[in-house]
Amino acid sequence: MSTEPRAAMPTSSLIVPRRVLLWERVREQVPIGLLAIASALIVAMLGIILGNIAWNGAGQITMEFLTTAPRAGMTEGGIFPAIFGTVALVLLMTIAAVPIGVATAVYLREFVPGSNLAYAWARARAARSWRERLREGKHVLEILLAQATRAAVNNLAGVPSIVFGLFGLGFFVRFVGGGIDRVFYGGELTYGQPAIIWAALTLALLTLPVVIVSTDEALRAVPRELREASLALGATRWQTIWRIVLPEALPGILTGAILAVSRGAGEVAPVLFTGAAYFLPYLPSRLNDQFMELGYHVFILSTQSPDVEKTKPLLYGTVLVLLALTFALNLVAVLIRSRVRRRLRLRT
Amino acid sequence: MRRGARGDDRQRLWADRWARRIILALSLTAIATIILIFIFIFREALPILTDPTIQQEASLRHLFHPMGGPDLASRYMWQPIALVPKYSLVPLILGTLKTTLVALLIAAPLAIAAALYTSEFAPARIREAIKPAIELLAGIPSVVLGFFALIVMATWMQQLFGFETRLNAITAGAALALALIPIIYTVSEDALNAVPHSLREASLALGATRWQTATRVVLPAASPGIFASLVLGFGRAVGETMIVLMASGNAAITSWRFTDSVRTLAATIAAELGEVVFGSPHYHVLFFIGALLFVVTFIVNSVGIYIIHRVQHRLRGGL
Repeated sequence: MSTEPRAAMPTSSLIVPRRVLLWERVREQVPIGLLAIASALIVAMLGIILGNIAWNGAGQITMEFLTTAPRAGMTEGGIFPAIFGTVALVLLMTIAAVPIGVATAVYLREFVPGSNLAYAWARARAARSWRERLREGKHVLEILLAQATRAAVNNLAGVPSIVFGLFGLGFFVRFVGGGIDRVFYGGELTYGQPAIIWAALTLALLTLPVVIVSTDEALRAVPRELREASLALGATRWQTIWRIVLPEALPGILTGAILAVSRGAGEVAPVLFTGAAYFLPYLPSRLNDQFMELGYHVFILSTQSPDVEKTKPLLYGTVLVLLALTFALNLVAVLIRSRVRRRLRLRT
Repeated sequence: MRRGARGDDRQRLWADRWARRIILALSLTAIATIILIFIFIFREALPILTDPTIQQEASLRHLFHPMGGPDLASRYMWQPIALVPKYSLVPLILGTLKTTLVALLIAAPLAIAAALYTSEFAPARIREAIKPAIELLAGIPSVVLGFFALIVMATWMQQLFGFETRLNAITAGAALALALIPIIYTVSEDALNAVPHSLREASLALGATRWQTATRVVLPAASPGIFASLVLGFGRAVGETMIVLMASGNAAITSWRFTDSVRTLAATIAAELGEVVFGSPHYHVLFFIGALLFVVTFIVNSVGIYIIHRVQHRLRGGL
């Protein structure tokens, strides 16, 4: 009686005609193939861009190109001032962005005690004495502040770079710079004008999220046991951070710094009004000097050149130098990061 | 000996307390920056709404209302340096939307397809090749993409499609798409990877093919994240400056044709703030545009980030 249903099952349904099988395979494989083609298309576009720039730019890279200033209305000569300006700019930017970014990540990951707002709030409500209530209330505030900081970092990463440019002009150049001039220089125009320091600070704010996110990831990769061992041996929280956690997280912090530099080196919109110059006969030597920058130079050469065909080789050379600079930095960052991530994986 | 140890303790605790305070102070920079951007952009944009002398030339009415004219283009004009300056933002907003639309239409299918391919189908070797390629694409400075669009792509596309004007909304949008692909890809791929393996296994165990599993199980489960990737891509496209500044032709023409030259909000600031007279109506209008961009991108990004967080939360806790 138990064999009856099995016998009733038509055996023919198990034998699928070959035609149907083929059709199933086509229906399965063709869409996947289309996805593969889309992916290949993206890689191909990247290849075309890089290939075109490398092909046309490689012949331009000579010692003279890298070490001399532009001549003859930017149709001859090299790009040394732009390279120098870019390096100086990102150095200043790094000095500002890295300490602030690392401090923010350290605060968010090491100092904020627990992150469950509802729990902290319930504890504050349940507090019996004023002292307890004060302590738990402070706790709630700290969690709120941390959440606000995270939201601010996320949003900062999405603010358009041109808005940073406007902000740099309005805040750093006019407000801070103008204020310094009024107070220290008797109103004489010294810092209240576009300058390398203001461009660097604007870029530092723009790249801050990059540093914070990388440092945060690195701090997460440091095993908790290390912190606990250090604290158990009697070290204070700060000693633990400074001597144990930060050295462990150094590769990740370095990655963040390098990515920030690479991002900063390629940005043009934020420095348009905060310090980049079309052409300068001298190199910047003081904080309130203007400067030439590779990205801005590319923009100027490709849009304002009196003789497009004549500047084209120089343009390609400049683009290649800029691209090589950012890619080399990115490559180093990716290599360090993959090591950090491997450790993170080993741990979990 | 004991007293020395206690002194050392006091010093350590003192250092601990001050280190904490300094770190807290530095970490306020992020919040402070957002607030300061808000204050300083809006302070310069405010005269449009409050200052009567500025309003004579540039009030909200001038910025958005049509003027008398026979056709669309003459009713909405952006001519800040004309004898009678005209500050209609309509052509700029329209231009921004046109380039953004083109960019999303090109970037979204490609990037989402690539994300689906790498997360569901690609063999490990190919996946390891595509991901760094996209990271590399993300690392190209936007001024270089703008340069490439202006010098190389524009010519190719004109030869291919026979555009009347060499630089137009389609060219700028195509260049912009190159900047959007990495964002849309990365966020979408994260969303697809966050879908629990148990869902895929259940679907496959029930006899669905891999394609059916990908499109009817994984894709719907990841759809909020993919939507978020489009939202973030939109935010980036609206705010992107250098690419459109170089590849769009920068003519503020009010028209619905995508083959016309366009001028976007962000590019207008970049092109004109350098020569503007400080405190003039034009200056305040440019900051007003900046405020507009800031608000739009702030809202768009907040929405995108909110969706991503909710999805992460749900996938971690619920399923």
